[in-house]
Amino acid sequence: MNRIDLAPIFAGLFLLTLWEGLTRFFQVPPVILPPPSAIGAALVDRGPLLIPAAGVTMGLALTALAISIGLGTLIALIFARVPLLERSLGPYALVLQATPIVAIAPLVIIWTGIENPRRAILILAVIVAVFPVLTSALAGLKAVDPGLDRLFRLHKASSTQRFLRLELPTAAPFLLAGIKTAAGLSLVGVVVAEFVAGTGATGGLSWRLVEAGNRLETATMFAALFLLALMGLALHAVLSLIEKQLRS
Amino acid sequence: MQPQSPIRLSAQQACVRFGSLDALGPIDLEVRAGECVVLLGPSGCGKSTLLAALSGLQAVARGVVQADVTGGSAIPGVVFQEPNLMNWATAQDNVALPLALSGVAKAERFERTQRALQRVGLANFATAYPRTLSGGMRMRVALARALITEPSALLLDEPFAAIDELGRRALDDLVLEAKRERELAVLFVTHSVDEAVYLADRILVLSPRPGRIASEIAVPNVARNPAFLTSPAFAEAAAAARHVLSAQLVAA
Repeated sequence: MNRIDLAPIFAGLFLLTLWEGLTRFFQVPPVILPPPSAIGAALVDRGPLLIPAAGVTMGLALTALAISIGLGTLIALIFARVPLLERSLGPYALVLQATPIVAIAPLVIIWTGIENPRRAILILAVIVAVFPVLTSALAGLKAVDPGLDRLFRLHKASSTQRFLRLELPTAAPFLLAGIKTAAGLSLVGVVVAEFVAGTGATGGLSWRLVEAGNRLETATMFAALFLLALMGLALHAVLSLIEKQLRS
Repeated sequence: MQPQSPIRLSAQQACVRFGSLDALGPIDLEVRAGECVVLLGPSGCGKSTLLAALSGLQAVARGVVQADVTGGSAIPGVVFQEPNLMNWATAQDNVALPLALSGVAKAERFERTQRALQRVGLANFATAYPRTLSGGMRMRVALARALITEPSALLLDEPFAAIDELGRRALDDLVLEAKRERELAVLFVTHSVDEAVYLADRILVLSPRPGRIASEIAVPNVARNPAFLTSPAFAEAAAAARHVLSAQLVAA
């Protein structure tokens, strides 16, 4: 077991205390900046509303991540097998990647989300999350050791054998790094899409955030933000753990 | 090696071209069972290309190359410059790879792999990962992998260049041992004249690109041991090889 570094914990406690003290001392209106104690209270008070909403958002993010992993790997495999496709489609993929997702969101929602906001949110989250998977998988597939490649050809390995015994294990560390980025992005994608969809139909956390903002419940907004950050961290931690396991 | 030993590797008027560039040949070559032929030559003369052609990885533009396969595996064992191990797999899984690719059953694979690892002195490292092994040990794994299919010919492309003197000698001895015990035809590419003389029954010196056989040097058929390294026979063969080689370098 690693020793836990206490420095960030103390720093956090110090900053929270400072925050609490300053808001009380200067009597900052809670609508502008609530003290941490009020945020904690909101978290308890609104918990029954916020936590299921967080579950919905997390569920959407994980689904989007899963789709991105499958889709990204599949496209990478096709690109690796047919370089012409990569050459001709790659630049357009870059255009899609470079366009801010917030700008694409209204279109996607008009096309697919009017009667099914869940589907629109998933599509948007996949659009942002698929690229790191695709690029890392592609880099991984191209990183095959040329000597091993010759050996596989020498022993007349089938393409399935090549994939399972050579390409996939070579690409795995690359892919995992891409998935780690994709996990964060899929959460971002879901939150942005929920914002733009502007409907409570999916009942996600960012809708609760918008709702609390409209009601000027600033403490609840902070509580929702806290949960979002927690989810992002949890995703990152789980993936780092898998990465560590794979390394050893 | 008897003169009537069967031919395991042969090239007849073999030429390799890369685009419009003549890389190799024409080359005539025979390696018989139980014989070790060493290729020496200037950089870029096509030594590796010849090996690739004989292993079937490189198509020839003209001529015929053949890895004769009476008995043993149809595919020659090949060791490249680098160990080229799968760093995500254990030593035994690396050694077993050719068997796994050809669909040999797991139990048999395991048993043969253990024996192969024992032969190269790595019996205790079966479950070690490549990154925990030294350079010499990684090469031993690569050698065991090349021999696991019980091929009738073994092709080595400057395999031990990056390994320290003693480790290199030990690996050379493993190659000689495999040659003796299995009546293996060995074709070995090296830059080192000393290594060439130590290993070879015959040394072929190649000319600069396109590589052709410029000269052949026979090495006396005596036991290969540390005493051989300091014997007059060794010195004489090494001097002859150096002489022919430097003539080729001047030509290049």
